Amino acid sequence: MAEQASAWVTLAHKIGASVLTAHVDDVDRASRFPRESIDALRAEKFLGLFIPKELGGGGASLADLTGVCHALGQYCASTGMVYAMHQIQIACMMRHYKGAEFFAGYLRECAKDELLIASATTELGPQGNTRMSSCALEYDGDEVKLEKNTPVISYGLEADGILVTSRRTVDSPPSDQAATLVKKSQYTLEKTMEWDTLGMRGTCSHGFMFRGKAHKSQVLATPFAEVSQQTMLPVAHTTWTSLWSGIAVDAVNRARAFVRAEARRQPGVTPPSALRLAETMNTLHLLRANVMDGIREYERVMDDSEALSGLGFAIRMNNLKVSTTQLTPQVVGQALAVCGIAGYKSNTKFSLGRHLRDAHGGALMVANDRILGTNSNLLLVYKDE
Amino acid sequence: MTEDIRAIIREHARLTVDVATLADDADLYQAGMTSHASVNLMLALEEKFDVEFPERMLRRRAFENIAAIRAAVEELTAEKAG
Ligand SMILES: Cc1cc2nc3c(=O)[nH]c(=O)nc-3n(C[C@H](O)[C@H](O)[C@H](O)COP(=O)(O)OP(=O)(O)OC[C@H]3O[C@@H](n4cnc5c(N)ncnc54)[C@H](O)[C@@H]3O)c2cc1C
Repeated sequence: MAEQASAWVTLAHKIGASVLTAHVDDVDRASRFPRESIDALRAEKFLGLFIPKELGGGGASLADLTGVCHALGQYCASTGMVYAMHQIQIACMMRHYKGAEFFAGYLRECAKDELLIASATTELGPQGNTRMSSCALEYDGDEVKLEKNTPVISYGLEADGILVTSRRTVDSPPSDQAATLVKKSQYTLEKTMEWDTLGMRGTCSHGFMFRGKAHKSQVLATPFAEVSQQTMLPVAHTTWTSLWSGIAVDAVNRARAFVRAEARRQPGVTPPSALRLAETMNTLHLLRANVMDGIREYERVMDDSEALSGLGFAIRMNNLKVSTTQLTPQVVGQALAVCGIAGYKSNTKFSLGRHLRDAHGGALMVANDRILGTNSNLLLVYKDE
Repeated sequence: MTEDIRAIIREHARLTVDVATLADDADLYQAGMTSHASVNLMLALEEKFDVEFPERMLRRRAFENIAAIRAAVEELTAEKAG
């Protein structure tokens, strides 16, 4: 499908076709971190891609970033998800540090050393509601202490730092949150749950008891409510949907190859599966058009904090996530119907089992019902203008 | 009007503290109001004062404290009267 052929995206396809493809089956089977893939991306400075040039990063646009996620998703969805999660944390810091010295220095370090940053938003208790915390920052002089019981931190053990949400102080209510960047040397992770899942197995999103201490300057001054609305959610929803739709694109590519092979066997006779392929392609276009429109909408208002705080924008970004996670497994299922048993088998070039399993993660990665619940609430007061 | 607003906050904002202890410029979000509760607050204010908050006012900041809410409601009732 037509892509904006930026140099980043072209290179991501090159790395994807070589390194990600070589390791994807083992990563999936062994449920292990895609080390070779992340190292290959590191070597080409992909982890610092979104950091502004003045802080030593690649200064790439949202179109570039989402284009890279879309490319990676076509070769190894777990690698794509690790990459996207990392960039979401980077985006939260770089868009909300408000000139704070610690974060300017840390983002420079991220760009220079290609550091990998993980996320701990979900907590046992408030569960999938990332806008509530029960853990809190405990101040002791210039130091803050934080303990968080987390059911999932993707690639927690591989990260160089974790952006952790919590109540702002021990006296704050659950919804009054802050985000703190804690460096690897400042925390311990005690594994409490093993990540052995249907799909997205390479994200190694084990459960952990997180215990950390940091300097108070490592707490983002911007309230997390604002960080979440203006950056974490829209960057997550645009990068995630880009990589999820990448899964769908690869599934359809396999179905196309299958139908072409059928057609070559009997030139002049259109294979019956061609009709199903045409239908699948139609759904894929719908899916991609929605993703591209969501990305353009975020790009349009990215620097307009007034528009970013609007209900219309929140509803649009939520819908992007919900519809993409509904359509992606649908497209992969349609591709499976085209390939038949060749797609059902795990050892053919048309295999679609991994695609199908990975695609089902989207709907639960922040439960769609929770997101639709938020939209139904906002729609009670939202008036289109 | 401030008393009516305080009564509506008491009923709908689901604060974790008593609204009587809050100054007019105290941050309601820091007092425990969630965005979900803020929508209920908006609905109750629209009903009580017979106004409709236009899209431009539906921002976190417009409902962050009692004074801001009062200013928003006053602006809308003045528009209606004028
Ligand atoms: C691949 C993957 C990687 C992840 N990585 C991370 C990570 O790195 N860091 C991190 O913090 N988290 C991560 N998560 C967690 C993710 O963001 C979600 O928070 C988590 O999956 C939700 O868990 P849950 O289904 O138990 O909880 P819930 O959201 O509580 O949902 C449980 C069920 O209850 C329903 N439900 C609950 N509340 C409502 C409501 N208000 N309205 C309607 N329905 C409701 C839901 O529909 C669902 O069926 C990851 C998840 C996945 C799948």
